[in-house]
Amino acid sequence: MKAFWREYAENRVALLALAVVLLIVGAALSAPIFAPQDPYDLASLDLMDARRPPGFVGSGGYTHLLGTDAQGRDLFSAILYGLRISLQMGLAAGTVSLAVGALLGILAAQAGGWVETAIMRVVDLQLSFPAILLALVLVAVLGQGKTQLVIALVAAQYAYFARTAYGAASAERRKDYVEAAAATPLSTLHIVFRHILPNVLPPLIVVATVQVANAISLEATLSFLGLGLPPTEPSLGMLIANGFQYMMSGRTWISVYPGIALIVLVVAINLVGDQLRDQTNPRLRR
Amino acid sequence: MTLLDVTDLRTHFFTRAGVARAVDGVSFSLAPGEILGLVGESGSGKSVTGFSLIGLVDPPGRIAGGSIRFDGQELVGMAPDRLRALRGRRIAMVFQDPQATLNPVLTIGTQMALALQAHGRVTDRAAADRATAMLTRVGIPEAATRLNNYPHEFSGGMRQRVAIAMALLNGPDLIVADEPTTALDVSIQAQILAEMKALARDSGTALIWISHDLATVSSLADRVLVMYAGRIVESGPVGAVLRAPLHPYTRGLLDSLPAMAQPGQRLAQIPGSAPSLLALPQGCPFAPRCAHADAACTAPPPRVERADRHALCHHPLAP
Amino acid sequence: MLGYVIQRLLQAALVMLAMSALVFAGVHAIGNPIDVLISPDATQDIREQAIRRLGLDLPLWQQYLAFLGRLLRGDFGTSFVYGMPVLQLILSRLPATLELALAAVLIGTLAGVPLGVYAGYRPDSVASRAIMAVSVLGFSVPTFWVGLILILTFAVNLGWLPAGDRGPLLEVFGIGWSFLSLEGLSFLVLPALNLSLFKLAMMIRLSRAGTREIMLTDTVKFARAAGLTDATILRRHVLRLISIPIVTVFGLELGSTLAFAVVTETIFNWPGVGKLIIDSITSLDRPVMVAYLVLVAFLFVTINLVVDLSYALLDPRLRRGAAA
Repeated sequence: MKAFWREYAENRVALLALAVVLLIVGAALSAPIFAPQDPYDLASLDLMDARRPPGFVGSGGYTHLLGTDAQGRDLFSAILYGLRISLQMGLAAGTVSLAVGALLGILAAQAGGWVETAIMRVVDLQLSFPAILLALVLVAVLGQGKTQLVIALVAAQYAYFARTAYGAASAERRKDYVEAAAATPLSTLHIVFRHILPNVLPPLIVVATVQVANAISLEATLSFLGLGLPPTEPSLGMLIANGFQYMMSGRTWISVYPGIALIVLVVAINLVGDQLRDQTNPRLRR
Repeated sequence: MTLLDVTDLRTHFFTRAGVARAVDGVSFSLAPGEILGLVGESGSGKSVTGFSLIGLVDPPGRIAGGSIRFDGQELVGMAPDRLRALRGRRIAMVFQDPQATLNPVLTIGTQMALALQAHGRVTDRAAADRATAMLTRVGIPEAATRLNNYPHEFSGGMRQRVAIAMALLNGPDLIVADEPTTALDVSIQAQILAEMKALARDSGTALIWISHDLATVSSLADRVLVMYAGRIVESGPVGAVLRAPLHPYTRGLLDSLPAMAQPGQRLAQIPGSAPSLLALPQGCPFAPRCAHADAACTAPPPRVERADRHALCHHPLAP
Repeated sequence: MLGYVIQRLLQAALVMLAMSALVFAGVHAIGNPIDVLISPDATQDIREQAIRRLGLDLPLWQQYLAFLGRLLRGDFGTSFVYGMPVLQLILSRLPATLELALAAVLIGTLAGVPLGVYAGYRPDSVASRAIMAVSVLGFSVPTFWVGLILILTFAVNLGWLPAGDRGPLLEVFGIGWSFLSLEGLSFLVLPALNLSLFKLAMMIRLSRAGTREIMLTDTVKFARAAGLTDATILRRHVLRLISIPIVTVFGLELGSTLAFAVVTETIFNWPGVGKLIIDSITSLDRPVMVAYLVLVAFLFVTINLVVDLSYALLDPRLRRGAAA
């Protein structure tokens, strides 16, 4: 573990990325403390403050660091709360996808036969199908809302986890000690939990980091298209979408600042994921 | 007159774990048309020596010192592009496994044309003619139609013939052959060996034949170099070295040849294995495996000269 | 070879059958199929007529067969919003999307492969690091955000290029195209760039990985030993060897690009199929959604098939061995 961390720390870019991720997560968690305004409290919004540029001192008596949006929301507050929602969605989708994918992948590897064929065929078919379309259709069918959105994201992403879990689990199964364990009267569950899961988990966690980033940007895309979360709880994607129409008239900050927050978060998570993947990939080891 | 003069060549690999001296002070020379055998176990530095000659040592390895004079020109430190122009035209190389060296998705004709066109303007038509002639010379029937075949459409022996034809294509002065028959069946090995020898003689091409197999080399070469742990531990005319080796290591290699053993007797093996280049013993690197080793062997072995031969040993076998 | 083609065709047909069953199940599982197939504004009379016409009173398996039959005939019903046959509607929007997707994949490949090959050839150079940074950004920055920035920079601030709509169309074979006139082309540039960024990133990664691997093989060493210049080795040997995975991805990506075009078309107001599907989702134009799904599935199966078959053409080792 220590050696792993030391190797990770050798890559300065990855180290910086990790710091950024932690910073953003910290800021999002403590949003109610730092944010000058509760952007969900419609009563605190004043249309007189709408579409004001950064630095404007509004009716609330404080400076709008990043300006305000079309409803007069303080953008800085809205971004902090938006990050909270984006992270929530990303983590929820990532964890559930990981669980579902791991379950299916290990089941396929353990069961073999037609169960294996059926599961993996569906998984492969889905992998060749663009995730965004699937999510789009599901959101359209299920309607808007946090739960519906997570379901759509999971449906779009579980296949990556299933493929990874299946690959790792079937490689593990062929190893002698697992076969030996299978010959003893240990229960299958015991073998799965003691031998297979510990070996399947590391690659899954690597996939999970990247997929959390993907989920966040997928959610933002869906929200941007107007198919994500309800407008009462604006995520980053919706903040960007709301500002889009004012961009042509030069009020670029409404879209740009939430966008910067989004890409910094997504790129940082991806860089952390890249480093984890390189470090756990035996083919790149010397 | 010499074609190639290698002096104190040192090729080192700068790895994380330390510096591996794969070739450590190798000197030898080669006359035009001469066939030289370079023998040693894997890891002895024989292949790295071969690649050093054509300037194709893979990183983290590089030539750390010494000199390679080829036809009067110094190759160590030569500008990459001049060295490139020399490769294939004046010094060619044949590799161990033609399955791995020929490009599986290009036809033989294309690959031979590329080798010709690397050294001057040759029309596709002319390239095809020259390739056909060379394939015929190395014993490939219906060469003209075979040009359109892909490597996988040839048998192992035929593939190696193609590789040899490619090496001969530009009429080089020197061919470095790195275990070119190891991957082949024994019967085809003998065939290719004989043909190679004849081709070299006919065209006056000098040949450095790198092999772990002393028997192959003995049937082919004029002179032999025996390498161990990056150094040439013995050199001399093939006949003399085989009859009465100076170095105990050469003796060990000879004794482990099946042809040398008495029927019913067990094959002699050299005890132990080749040392790690990162942790060579003090003094003579062969000492830990040598039956003749004593306290003197912890000092660097002296150079023993006998007429046209030499060895690096404290206790040479022949007087 | 023929046996291989037939085998692949059968597989494709099987997948299509499974997909159609899935869509059918989806339509039936999610509420009443009548709601999916007939506009909610229709009168009771029309509804009953339609139920009989569509056979919705028949047993499920018969309904499925009828559904299949309609699919085979290309009968996807009528759009609630546009009041025209769905197939005709989608086909009329298809050229715009095809043009956009093809332009994007072409840009991604033509720029990405050379950049990736270079990054794989000199992995430690500054230029290669810059190339890899571009590819990381291309992978992680959401398409819609890149689109916004492109519009902001080139259309709003610099005013160099138009953003929105297709511009003037030139007709060839009765279909209008943007890329045939210079002005039309200027409308295509920004959306195509936007859509290509992800492909670019992918092509860079793919060709970099392939080149790195191939540069270490004996094939390259042998070519070097023959005196070939590195430029020739990259152009003739490496490019040819990495072309197999690249053509695969090119094909597969063409499909996913058509899907991703949804986002780009919305931002740039590009009147293609992607914009149509977003509009039909927001306006609950269900026949369009169903048809789009089936057609996209069909497209994917076809592309997979074509890619599999072109493998055989590119790799001489497969050409003879047939199905392996």
